[in-house]
Amino acid sequence: MQAPVHHIIGLTTIVRERVLPISGNVTARIQQKVTPNDVVAETKWAREHVLLDVARLLNVSSNVAERLVKCQVNDELSANAEIAKGKGMFPKSVKTPRAGRVVAVGGGQVLMEVGETKIELRAGIPGTVIQILPNKGVVIQTAGGLIQGVWGNGRIDSGVLVNLADAPDTVLTPNRLDVSLRGSVILAGLVKDADTLEAAAELPARGLIIASIYPSLLQKAREMRYPILVTDGFGSLPMNSAAYKLLTTNAKREVTVHAEFYDRYTGARPEVIIPLPTSSEPPSPREVAEFSPAVQVRMRRPPFMGMVGSIVSLKSGLVTLSSGLRANAAEVKLENGETVIAPLVNLEVVG
Amino acid sequence: MPSSIITSNSLLAIDVGAANTRAVLFDVIEGEYRFIASGIAPSTAEAPFKDVSEGARNAVANLQKILGKTLLDSSRNIITPTQSNGSGVDALVITLSAGPTVKTVVVGLLKDVSLDSARRLTETSYTRIIDSMSLSDQRKPDQQIDSLMRVRPELVVIAGGTDGGASRSIQKLLEPIGLASFLMPEEKRPTVLFAGNQKMEEEVKTLVGSLSTSLHFSPNIRPSLETEDIDPAERELARMIINIRKRQIKGVDLLDLWSGGHMLPTAYATGRMVRFLSKVYGSPKGILSVDMGASATVIAAAFRNKSTLKVLPQFSLGQNLVGLLNYTTLENILQWSSLDISNGVLLDYLHQKSLYPATIAATQEDLAISQAIAREALYLAMQTARKDFPQNIATIKPNLTPLFDPILAGGGALSDASRPGQCLLLLLDGIQPVGITTIILDQNNLLPLLGVAASQNNILPVQVLESGAFLSVGTVVSPVVSARYGTSILKAKLSYENGAEANIDLKFGSIETLPLANGETGKLTIQTLRGADVGFGPSRGGTIPVSGGALGVVFDGRGRPLDLPTDPVRRRELIKKWNWTLGGG
Repeated sequence: MQAPVHHIIGLTTIVRERVLPISGNVTARIQQKVTPNDVVAETKWAREHVLLDVARLLNVSSNVAERLVKCQVNDELSANAEIAKGKGMFPKSVKTPRAGRVVAVGGGQVLMEVGETKIELRAGIPGTVIQILPNKGVVIQTAGGLIQGVWGNGRIDSGVLVNLADAPDTVLTPNRLDVSLRGSVILAGLVKDADTLEAAAELPARGLIIASIYPSLLQKAREMRYPILVTDGFGSLPMNSAAYKLLTTNAKREVTVHAEFYDRYTGARPEVIIPLPTSSEPPSPREVAEFSPAVQVRMRRPPFMGMVGSIVSLKSGLVTLSSGLRANAAEVKLENGETVIAPLVNLEVVG
Repeated sequence: MPSSIITSNSLLAIDVGAANTRAVLFDVIEGEYRFIASGIAPSTAEAPFKDVSEGARNAVANLQKILGKTLLDSSRNIITPTQSNGSGVDALVITLSAGPTVKTVVVGLLKDVSLDSARRLTETSYTRIIDSMSLSDQRKPDQQIDSLMRVRPELVVIAGGTDGGASRSIQKLLEPIGLASFLMPEEKRPTVLFAGNQKMEEEVKTLVGSLSTSLHFSPNIRPSLETEDIDPAERELARMIINIRKRQIKGVDLLDLWSGGHMLPTAYATGRMVRFLSKVYGSPKGILSVDMGASATVIAAAFRNKSTLKVLPQFSLGQNLVGLLNYTTLENILQWSSLDISNGVLLDYLHQKSLYPATIAATQEDLAISQAIAREALYLAMQTARKDFPQNIATIKPNLTPLFDPILAGGGALSDASRPGQCLLLLLDGIQPVGITTIILDQNNLLPLLGVAASQNNILPVQVLESGAFLSVGTVVSPVVSARYGTSILKAKLSYENGAEANIDLKFGSIETLPLANGETGKLTIQTLRGADVGFGPSRGGTIPVSGGALGVVFDGRGRPLDLPTDPVRRRELIKKWNWTLGGG
């Protein structure tokens, strides 16, 4: 049976697409070495539009209005600029309410884009630009450690990783967040209150990596301007041993927290990238695996949710679980030495 | 049915769901169509595969193993027709429910008339209404353009104007849509369905034709103020959804090609089958199908010449599970639980399960939580669907579930119930049927596949239905009555074919059963007490023929609407007792 794969890898080749939400200009060059903060593409985007109904404002037919309109598509107009003028001794005129760009003219109407803002796309991860996606963005390659999470607040940033997780379930509290942590990425076990998230914002922290978070804090976490990445889930789950080991052994290194929203269709997942120097290109992560003996797996549902173990054997036929349901299952030896039977659909391969 | 009428033989049906893909083989055995076997594999619409054909091939490969028959060639394509060596199949049909909900904007002239009809039409498929526009919209056209640019709909459904009626108002409504489409990149422009004033076709083509990915027309869903006719537009929308999926998900185009361009959304195929059953059986009661899946809960009901189809992604049991809390509370969900579970544990469960929709309950506690969620989701789905049931249908009380017979149930949530009794209690709690009804479990999720097969072979669905491929749970008697707990509300006598008799004295608040095995029939004489009504009228009894099932004849004496005790300890004890009575453990 094909198995989902959750990447927790010490050294691998990481290739990531970075694309603008709308088309724009790519500023990076092929083979350019980039740092996480380098701008690789940019564009302009107008959130608002103004529709000026010249015919109605001048009280003329749309055919007449069309002849009275002075502006053209792509004209950049300042606020209060006249775009049409009526006829007669005291002609009425139509002026732009705000500065903007004309995007459509027709039928006696003028449509403008206003409130334009500049969007800059940063590299996000350090590495080499290996492909330019015209008008969209770039593909960046780097080598290093990769730890995927299950939830992210949509932010991205980099900093030195500081370990405040004395154990995989250490609760982070505001009093542990002192000024020495300013600009760093903090590794912790659990967060149980909004004050801790606020305290990290006040430092400010460049990122927060935690095992689990209370669902009631998700809205607050989304509002934070620094990236928050959850490795295991919701409630009071300790960090899985594979992620905990890899992250704690890389403390004091520069890491990137890409707390992307989980999108099961595109495959986008929140992740921590730990860039590492390499002499040769390490293997890329595998996207598909098969359940088989000796394969390292993680439990995705109770009992033993979040625990890592290895498959001892695949059970033949359907196995009756303690819930009464019957499913294909595997015998899994957990890291604490206990051997349990788990349905295959509740497992994912770690690696 | 003489075998000579059957010209085509084997038919392979594939259902691509959000979590799993099933391949089912139907073939002719002794002159009649039979369900032979099904193979299942995880669906592959999502990363890393992002290609639904992979999961379909895996499901067929698993079916091959079960059958010991070759269905795929060396390139893993389906072999059609059946070859001289016995490999392959004669025909292939496919249904699809995988994929993200389609972001939809509905447009209508009047809020309670054409806009409401557009909404009802849109809710017949896997869509999510993200904005609506009508004459009562207070926004200016530029604000509507901003909104459309922000939400980026994939589909716009437009209704309005009686045939030959208003056109200027619709033009006004279409302008912002045309302009917003113009501003979007070509590949992001929405597909548009116009189901309004038929005289406006040319104007609509002018206003939005060149600016949408594709513009479709269907007969007016509101040809007059008093008349609503959604069916023809529903058919058009079903095919449009498949075309949208072709752009969204790799492999859909290939599967559609395999099916000869007859692929249908699973929900539409289910609705078609329920309509078909309603015509075949001609029951004065309605026919109901509930399907609780990972992508949506689908409620399809048919009442002689009227039918409704509701696809409700907000009550799905997959990745949208957390969204259920927009419609209910943790307390409401936990009232269905047989175990003492805290709000916090349930909240964690909802979030965790939405990360991994395909996972199953391995512990008693997980099962109790998943069953409680399924009950609440089904209850809410039924309440939502009921609002759009037609007027003048058979009911005992207007505020209760209408009279249905039979009720068919399928989907992942019911597969998660390990025993028929667990399934039945879930259905009784969620649907709260009234009167006398037969409950049938579609354990292999065949109903949509029969619906799509009906387009190619109208004998197959009837013969498969009558072949015992579905599990009859039994006949359920649910009196509508209000009484004190423990009071007698109904007495019944079941007369078996062999002359034996069994009696029951049903007390308010209890569930009782009388054995009647699958395939057996009997006569049930009912005497109601305390004004109870089982469909014969208040305090009126009667004698009816009943057929057996896995649980025989079940009497649900808990009253309607079901009012659970507020004391949590007593409530949990009762739920355990009801479960135990039905053999649900």
